[in-house]
Amino acid sequence: MSTSRLAALWNWFDSRMPSVAEQWRIHASEYYAPKNFNFWYFFGALAGLVLVIQIISGIFLTMNYKPDAALAFGSVEYIMRDVPGGWILRYIHSTGASAFFIVVYLHMFRGMLYGSYKQPRELVWIFGVLIYLTLMGEAFFGYLLPWGQMSYWGAQVIVNLFGSVPFIGPDLALWIRGDYVVSDATLNRFFALHVIAFPLVLLGLVVAHILALHDVGSNNPDGVEIKKYKDANGHPLDGIPFHPYYTVKDMMGAVVFLAIFCSILFFVPEVGGYFLEYNNFIPADPLKTPPHIAPVWYFTPYYSILRAVPPLFNSQFPGVLAMGVATLILFFLPWLDRGAVKSIRYRGAYYKSALAIFVVVFLVLGYLGTEPTTVWGQFGFDAFFLDTKDIATWVARVCTVLYFAFFILMPWYTARDEVKPVPDRVTS
Amino acid sequence: MKRILFMILLAPLAVWAAEGGYRIDKSPHDPRDLVSVQVGARTFVNYCQGCHGMQFMRLNRLTELGLTEAQIRDNLMFTGDKVGETMKTAMPAKESKAWFGVAPPDLSVVARSRGPDWLYTYLRTFYRDPKTVTGWNNAVYPNVAMPHALWTLQGVQSLEAVEVKDLAGHAHTQYKWSQISQGALTQVEYDALARDLVNFLVYVGEPAANDRRAIGIVVLFALGLLFIFVYLLKREFWKDVK
Repeated sequence: MSTSRLAALWNWFDSRMPSVAEQWRIHASEYYAPKNFNFWYFFGALAGLVLVIQIISGIFLTMNYKPDAALAFGSVEYIMRDVPGGWILRYIHSTGASAFFIVVYLHMFRGMLYGSYKQPRELVWIFGVLIYLTLMGEAFFGYLLPWGQMSYWGAQVIVNLFGSVPFIGPDLALWIRGDYVVSDATLNRFFALHVIAFPLVLLGLVVAHILALHDVGSNNPDGVEIKKYKDANGHPLDGIPFHPYYTVKDMMGAVVFLAIFCSILFFVPEVGGYFLEYNNFIPADPLKTPPHIAPVWYFTPYYSILRAVPPLFNSQFPGVLAMGVATLILFFLPWLDRGAVKSIRYRGAYYKSALAIFVVVFLVLGYLGTEPTTVWGQFGFDAFFLDTKDIATWVARVCTVLYFAFFILMPWYTARDEVKPVPDRVTS
Repeated sequence: MKRILFMILLAPLAVWAAEGGYRIDKSPHDPRDLVSVQVGARTFVNYCQGCHGMQFMRLNRLTELGLTEAQIRDNLMFTGDKVGETMKTAMPAKESKAWFGVAPPDLSVVARSRGPDWLYTYLRTFYRDPKTVTGWNNAVYPNVAMPHALWTLQGVQSLEAVEVKDLAGHAHTQYKWSQISQGALTQVEYDALARDLVNFLVYVGEPAANDRRAIGIVVLFALGLLFIFVYLLKREFWKDVK
């Protein structure tokens, strides 16, 4: 087809549905993004890429997977062996699950580095936290599907957490499972939630996240508003059109990301038991509880918090509550932060140290959640306040307190922080 | 900061090293050594398949190892009658459960749950133990229900665990092996047999693994090439951004 024919076809289309070209202008070719995006700004686009990867590989996995307690484990092995290219699809999906969280955690950390959640981007942040929570649900439901020992017992443990809610707990857990234990009924509903309900919600939230962002405009490593200075055409002086500048730059980021992704997929798909747990190659056995049940790494910071909080009146509920609050507290970040500046570049020592401690605490909690509480041995002495002598539990408790202190004390330390003067325009 | 990060990263290794029990040997298997995998397949069919199935492994897939379907049919097919069938065991699970107390597990993905090192050690550390029902015990899987299926090859060993105290006064367990009777193979030959068997179990655990690595190299090479182009494209577009 010649170019003019193609142009004629486009004109035909455009005159009947001009909103396509208009949306392209609004969101790509005339969406002005700050020109000083750095390394940390790759992860939003990469999260979108992983979402697409997960949806497409998931569609193909669904064609051969069987959501049936008697067949599920075997159908995964069938995919790994007898479906042409099935093992690639399965590894893409399992690597993608972990990659999603890595990318999202880095994306969230970017927001905390440069104060991207601060006014006027509170809604962008709130949609982001909703995406994160939905993603956790999506990952949790998906993890049951291979029907291995860790799938089964992980789900059993997490659903039992809901059982510890006062008064309604047992009924709530029963309602989630659809049975008295995790069973075929549970597998079926988790499958439904994993392949249709949560992905739909996720897609809707992603659209809302991007729309909210494009309405107010992107933040940048300097935390200055580029819309303050515009040229004669009304375009920000420090802005460049997202397309083609950031589309080509993100393509570069995507290729690097895919190289890392494929290195894992093709050479170490299990990542030493962190992406694919060894015990999950044993079919689920409701009669055999594994000695050490660990969730997949992306849940372990919260699992650590859960285990760190001592039970009250024989109920795990305080821990469950702490875990829930630890995730929900993220919603309030825009209002907890009273800092006068957005970017870490112009923040004072208080926020810088608080963020550094928070990162270490999050990593330590994450590591401890993958190990039994006995991992660091026991204290050699006894004291009346030691309800447990496991060192790791006490470290997790200190980290849990620090995790919450980061948020709860934030209004206090950010307001008192000695900030540096913020430049008028972006620097680099 | 870097040192702390390093320590955090290394922490899992320290834990692994500190774990008690019998020391796990490193398995010398090599998934590219197809002859070794073939030998392992023969050992599996002759000595293991009587009790253990591989319900996800199709026999005719062994053509990947350089065997012909006729060779597979003549030498490796005892249970099914079609070469496209999976390697099921002849033993009915219900009865084997009555005989052993537990049905022998399917071994399709045992190399993925246990790992090759554990399997390699396990296969070589059976010993006589009059206290168990079968008369056999295992150093890495204490009180295992399985008797030593390869004893005619390895011979009969005994194991003595001695508590010793080091200079600092910490108690350690030392293991002393002795040979009660000789088997058909020398120790070196038996270790080689165990290696080949583990090699086969690893292969069956993920038959696509060799393909996976080969495709991976091509994919990474292609991405490397693609990177050059996207990098140049980006540089070209960004030339005018001041």
